[in-house]
Amino acid sequence: MTFALALDLFLSAILIGGGLFALVGSYGLLRLPRPMQRLHAPTKATTVGVGAALVVSALDLAGQGQVSWQEGLITLFLLLTAPISALFLAKTLILRGEADPNLPDPGTGQPWATLAEERPDP
Amino acid sequence: MILPYALAIFLACIVLSLVLNIWRLLTAPTVTDRILTLDTMTVNAIALVVAYGIWAGTGLYLEIAVIFALTGFVGSVAYCKYLLRGSIIE
Amino acid sequence: MKRLFPHPYLSLTLIALWFLLVNQLKIGSLVMAIILGTVIPLVTAAWWPNRPRVRHPFRLAAYVILVLWDVIVANFQVARIVLFMPRDRIRSNWVTIPLDLTSPEAISLLAGTITMTPGTVTSDISACGRALLVHSLHAPDPGAVRDEIKSRYEARLKRIFE
Repeated sequence: MTFALALDLFLSAILIGGGLFALVGSYGLLRLPRPMQRLHAPTKATTVGVGAALVVSALDLAGQGQVSWQEGLITLFLLLTAPISALFLAKTLILRGEADPNLPDPGTGQPWATLAEERPDP
Repeated sequence: MILPYALAIFLACIVLSLVLNIWRLLTAPTVTDRILTLDTMTVNAIALVVAYGIWAGTGLYLEIAVIFALTGFVGSVAYCKYLLRGSIIE
Repeated sequence: MKRLFPHPYLSLTLIALWFLLVNQLKIGSLVMAIILGTVIPLVTAAWWPNRPRVRHPFRLAAYVILVLWDVIVANFQVARIVLFMPRDRIRSNWVTIPLDLTSPEAISLLAGTITMTPGTVTSDISACGRALLVHSLHAPDPGAVRDEIKSRYEARLKRIFE
């Protein structure tokens, strides 16, 4: 019975932590003043929130004797796609001039891809 | 034992996040902010669905979460691509 | 064989992904998985001219674990900045990262890693593909961020891929 209790406490701690992180991500979206800063809060904190729910779901179902692999699939998918949507949002901000304007020089003699004359496929 | 209470706290956090997101969606200064907020809302919705699945004690809700993950990502990238290039499929 | 399966690892990944998606071990899902694992690499072969080379798969696994750990640890730092740091004291900075990596797979993996470790977001790549533009949420010293990314992640990826 002590093992079940320990697992219960562990899962509860993960869930509450993840929920608080998700809340911080959405709060950061409101609080941070500049557009590029706002990009930081949700892309990561929210992913951790979902990750917590998925871990608990997998372990909880496993505790009941059902094995489900879809949690792994969702985690993998979120980890792969979050950087891509963040990159696209950053490129949009740079192109529309809403990002912080003092972009550094690439130092390679060529401009940044978003601002280049003939832009390659993003 | 205490897992249902933790689950209730988690659900409360996610619902509060969604309310904050809707507030941001209404007051966002730029279009890009709205796309970012919609992206965040998708991820929060996935968390909500998964947490409800734990609550209901079945793995069926995970399929909804999979579909949300797939369509939400394609949606935000399509919006961004439209703003970047003026069209989605070239 | 080589013409039917231009990317064997991609085919195996697709088969594994299909099983994760349908969530049951049945002979019917295996048939469907093999059909998808054959057709999708053939159809998309035009966009994958070269096979990506991974020299040390086990080091790649160790790298993934390191990144997952960093994601958790660094999330606490970002949460602290978002919650408690006064708005006018957050020093956001652009950081340019000159790349030593050349293979596109390694560069995209590095860009993804930078975005997933909180506090930094990959924002753009230079038109020639030799430098990354990174936005850092709170970096009073941009040089330190650049050095940490280069030594902690890029050096490892270089050992794995090149």
